[in-house]
This record gives sequence, C-alpha cells and structure tokens, in this order.
Amino acid sequence: MREFSYTITDEIGIHARPAGTIAKKAKEFASTITITKDGKTAELKKLMAVMALGIKQGDTATVTANGEDEEIAIWAIEKLFQAEL
Amino acid sequence: MEQYTGKSIFNAIAIGPIYFYQKAQATVVRKHVDDIEAEKTRFASAKDAALKELQILYDKAIAEVGESGAGIIEVHMMMMEDDDYLDSIGNIISNQEVNAEYAVATTGDNFAKMFAAMEDEYMQSKASDVLDISERLIQALSGTETEMKMEQPVILATQDLAPSETVQLDKSKLLAFITEYGSTNSHTAILARNMGIPALIGIGLTSKDHGKMAIIDGANGILILEPTMEVLRDYQEKKAKEEQQKHLLQEMKGKTTLTRDGKEICLYANIGNVGDVAGVLANDAGGIGLFRSEFLYLEARDYPTEEEQFRTYKTVAENMAGKKVIIRTLDIGADKQADYFKLKKEENPAMGLRAIRICLSRPEIFKTQLRAILRASMFGTIAIMFPMITSVWEIKKIKEILAEVKAELSEAKIPYKDVEIGVMIETPAAVMISDLLAKEVDFFSIGTNDLTQYTLAIDRQNQNLEMFYDAHHEALLRMIEMTVNNGHRENIWVGICGELAADQELTERFIRMGVDELSVSPAYVLPLRKLIGEIETNG
Repeated sequence: MREFSYTITDEIGIHARPAGTIAKKAKEFASTITITKDGKTAELKKLMAVMALGIKQGDTATVTANGEDEEIAIWAIEKLFQAEL
Repeated sequence: MEQYTGKSIFNAIAIGPIYFYQKAQATVVRKHVDDIEAEKTRFASAKDAALKELQILYDKAIAEVGESGAGIIEVHMMMMEDDDYLDSIGNIISNQEVNAEYAVATTGDNFAKMFAAMEDEYMQSKASDVLDISERLIQALSGTETEMKMEQPVILATQDLAPSETVQLDKSKLLAFITEYGSTNSHTAILARNMGIPALIGIGLTSKDHGKMAIIDGANGILILEPTMEVLRDYQEKKAKEEQQKHLLQEMKGKTTLTRDGKEICLYANIGNVGDVAGVLANDAGGIGLFRSEFLYLEARDYPTEEEQFRTYKTVAENMAGKKVIIRTLDIGADKQADYFKLKKEENPAMGLRAIRICLSRPEIFKTQLRAILRASMFGTIAIMFPMITSVWEIKKIKEILAEVKAELSEAKIPYKDVEIGVMIETPAAVMISDLLAKEVDFFSIGTNDLTQYTLAIDRQNQNLEMFYDAHHEALLRMIEMTVNNGHRENIWVGICGELAADQELTERFIRMGVDELSVSPAYVLPLRKLIGEIETNG
C-alpha cells in the first residue's frame, strides 16, 4: 500500500473538472485508489463520490493506492494533484 | 408597456421579440419490463448516443467560447460515465424490473438531492448538472427532441437553460435571454458572459409573452415589454452608441496610448466608487487617475473606520492588478456634505472649510484615511493626491502628517510602500506657485472644474451666467500651460483630471502643451486613445 497526503490550494476545492481529470487517470490503473478526508472515503475513479466528499481549499486529504501497480499509480496521481489542485 | 427587473449577467442592450421556450417536460412513467438485459442494452446504446451528442457539443463549444466554456460539457461527459451513477441506474433496472427512463430519472433526482444538500455553494450548483445529464439520457432513450427553432433574431425567455441547451442554441438568432431560475454564477451565466450576450435572471415570463416586442437593458437589469415608440427610439440610440463603443474597443483595446509621433500618454479613468472599477477595466484604461474617496464618507452615517477604508482601497488596488490608482483624499464641503462632520453653515461654501482644509483642521480624520491608504499600498500601485491646495505650507504640513503616520505604521510593524504624492491644481493660487509646489511633490493633477470656477469667478450651476461662461477661456488654458511647464521644470509629471480632460476639442492642445496624463470617465478612454493616435506632438 502506498499513500500521500495533500492540502488543497484550489479556491473552490476539489471541483468537477479536476475531479474528472483525476478520475480518468485513476481508471488507468489496476490498483484500488481511494481518497479519505475526515474518516470518509471515496474511490478516486468515482467522480461524483469524490465531489460528494466536499473537500475544500485548505483541507488535507489522504490518497491511498493498493494493488500491483500502486507505486506508479500513487506517483502519477500525486503529480496530478499538484498540477490541478 | 410593462417593466420587470432581474439580475443582469452582461451589460448590454438588446431589442427584439420574445421567443418563449417551454421545456418539453419529458414525463417519465414507471413501466415494468420483463427483459432486463434488453433494457440494459437499450440504456447502453442511449448512453453512447448521448455521449456522442455531448462530444459534438464539446467541439462546438470549444470553437465558440473556448476551453473554459467547454469545460462544462467535458464535466458532463465525465459525470455520465461515473461508476456510481451508472451502477445506480443498472441496479434500479434489474432490482425493480423497470424501464431505463425511470431508472435514470430516479438516479438523477437522488444525486441532485445529494449535491443540493451540500454546504458549499459550488457543490450545490452541481445538482443542476446532474439533472441536465439525466434529462439528456432520458431524451436519448425516448427519442424526444426539444430543439428550438427560431426564424429571426429573438430574445429567448425560458424557465431555466441547461448549459448544454445554451451551447446548442443558434447564436446568430439569439439577441439575449431571460430565465426565471438560475444564478449569476450558473454555467449559463458564465457562457452568456463568454459569448457576450445580455441576460436577465429571475424574470418569469409565460407563453402569453411570446412574440411581444422587448428591450433588455443589461446595465440596469431591466426588461421592458411592449415599449412605447419613444422608449424604443431612445434605446435604439443607446444601442447604436454601444455598438460604436464595441467597435472602438475591438480596435483600440490592449493598445498603448501613443501620439502619432510615438509619445506615450497616460490615459486613466476617474472613479467615484468601487463598482466603477469594472467600467475602468472594460474600457481598458491604463490606471485610475482620480479615485474620489468621498463616497466613503458621504454614504456613511458616521466616520468610516480605517478598516472599512482599507478594505475599499485594497479591493480597488487588487482589481487594478498593479496599474496605478491615484486616491484623492477626502474632498467634502461646498456642495458635498455629510451631517456627522457637523460643519457650520457657511455664507460662501465654495470658498469655505472644505477638502484639505478640513483634513488639516482635523488631522485625526486625515490620519485615519492616510493609514488606510498606506496599508492598502501593499496590494497594488497606489498614489495619493491632495485637493484644494493653495499654499506651500499646506503640502509641507501634509508631508509631516504623512511621516507621522508612516512612523506609527512602522512601529506597529504594519507594512506599507512608499507611494507617490501629488497635489491637485485647482486654485489660481496653486497655479501661480506651481514652481514651488513642484519641488515638494511627485506629480500634479489639474482639476479643471474648480479651477474654471475660481479663475473665471463663475458658479457653473448659476444659469444666469451662461453668457459669461467659457469652458475654453484663454485664461484657463494659460493656467494649465503654466502648470505643465512648472511641473516639467522640476521633472514631475502633470495630468488633467477634470471634465476638460475629456474635451476632444482641447486634446490636441493639451498634448502639445506636454500634458503627460489625462484622466476621464471610463467611457471616454477609447475614443481619446484613438484621437491621440492622430495627434503630432509638435505639429
């Protein structure tokens, strides 16, 4: 299992467009990738579930990857977070 | 003639007939299905068709409104392929043995409710997106079409426009739109802005209004139905002017103001309120040459606090993003009165206790304003100018007070920048000693309104004096020239911020005198930029 924590800097938090881009990316991997904030978890490839977490600017979320390609998955997702959020 | 008010999305005028569009209420009926697999296949192909439609819309939106507008459609495509959303639809079909339309409608409602219940306003607005994609899927399933067919340019009125509907619209036939629901931050509003179409939100028209002649006045958020000929003609004129301005804008926007022989002139705008900044930016002024700070005092019931003032100055500085903002300190007295100042009634208020005279007699008020301005200086490029100066000692005293304020700020470890300071030249006395004043400040700004009245000894409000009043009086023009020359001798810049600055008959003369800056109402910026481009500085 691999994971990273990230504090959102985007003004409107995890909104539709970046959530969609990230979901798309998450679907490329075999690993199960999840995002957790305040004890609530959603699968990263599920756009609406991620949005429903209501993660705002300043919130810190943890992303976890579990599976055969977790190493590369977590690396790619973290880069995307930095670029989009 | 009927009049309605709504929230305006885009400040423009539109004139044309109303086209009322009633959404085809795709009534979804719950039906039992036997062949669940066939129903699922039917849904899958409808989903593919809907996605294809969205792809077409996406390409269209990219071409019409660019990537930012098209992003909405992209999000719709992603939502439509969301696992949870699709799983829910699939589950309802198989568990309840029902038709796909019903499964989509139920799922759409559930997801929309979830978003609508969220705290965040942005997330709440996603509810309408979920409903929009669900409706699209239902249409794809049932084959209903809700295309709008407009034969002539119209003002489209409807309850609400989904973003995808907005993109589908034939823009060449669309003058404006009116919706009953929606917010100024909705996708529709954003698209409207991107497309430059006026729109009013919060006005519920009905099919009875279909075909009625209408006017939308975006600047005032007004809809006029069946206007009288007089009103119509009035708006047609305004619209023509607006078009002219738009052309000019396209031609002149983003260019520096240069004379024909290449001298750069600072062309700034005057504002009297924070709301005016939008006009400054829209008309592409190079900065704010006169920020009349008195509205802060006149609109208040008591002295505005440092914090209130700071926020206002900061907002303006930030919105101008580094362009110069010249704040004129408190200029009340004479015709501008605020009760709480408790100024004594004067025989001759134009020559009474006003402007800098109040500030120097009540330094505590002045210091509050200076502190607020200096604190705001961290957020942009701010300069300060002082009104109604007649003597050198006044500016020396002002500089002393300013130094005290700076020392206090430094001591409290509150950051500020060193700002340019200038005086307004609006009394004959200031003109005559402009050589001395120039040694004390960084710039002059000539306030022609007061300078005219004090030079000619004419009250401009007094209609009996019309035959004596000459806005282009040679005495006044010589005063301006003298000020420019004295300023330049001390290497400071000289601008004009009164009404005369926008007087196109004088522009050439001002430029040849060597005036460095003109500050005018936002609407005059572009016409002047064009005119200045035709002037040779030493022709």
